[in-house]
Amino acid sequence: MKLTLTQADKQLTALLVGDIDHHTAKQLREEIDEKIEQTTPELLVLDFGGVTFMDSSGIGLVMGRYNAMQQIGGSVKVVNTTAHIKKIMRLSGLERLVTLA
Amino acid sequence: MKPINAMKMEFLSKSANEGFARSVVAAFAASLDPTIDELADIKTAVSEAVTNCIVHAYRECIGKIYITAAIYEGGRLSIKIKDNGCGIDDVQKAMEPMYTTSPETERAGLGFSVMESFMDKLKVRSKPQKGTTVVMEKRINQRGLHNDARND
Repeated sequence: MKLTLTQADKQLTALLVGDIDHHTAKQLREEIDEKIEQTTPELLVLDFGGVTFMDSSGIGLVMGRYNAMQQIGGSVKVVNTTAHIKKIMRLSGLERLVTLA
Repeated sequence: MKPINAMKMEFLSKSANEGFARSVVAAFAASLDPTIDELADIKTAVSEAVTNCIVHAYRECIGKIYITAAIYEGGRLSIKIKDNGCGIDDVQKAMEPMYTTSPETERAGLGFSVMESFMDKLKVRSKPQKGTTVVMEKRINQRGLHNDARND
């Protein structure tokens, strides 16, 4: 799993590449949370463009970052999801909390 | 009914094995010539079941996880995932969407919901202190292509 974090203005973008499961989610959330704490962005963009597999650990990852962004008054946008990832996200009702694009 | 093809495997309940387990089952199912979506469904369901064993069944220790899979006539794939861990007190409650005993680790409580939605059948048997067995089935649409599993 590879994570690239880029910051521009008040936007933090996390490009996720590889498989998201229980094994990889922990490191992802630690690194993203650390960057949120350092930069206090208004918008966190989670870019799923490079995600090759995701199970419900990905839901926890998005929900947890939603909570972290809520605490600093920011929001979350999820982009570049495949049909399969969208299917898992819809199961959880995530689209009511974050923007799915 | 006798399967056309079958496999079994066992491995330790280490999180690094989540990817290993779903890849092996996907490779086994490949002889049914599933679509990319069907394969993603199978991988996701296996990943959820194996993660449950690691996160819940063996939460205090490392134990063994057993997977058997079989292919039957008509493109039916059956997958059994078994552990000898702590078991589930109330299976019905555990299967409720969003119910989790591990909110602190950001578990969404959707494991069984995903298995149920992505597979055609799901059965869960569990005994506290004995372990849990999950049996899932999915029928893969046969598209008239050759089927390696049928070749002797």
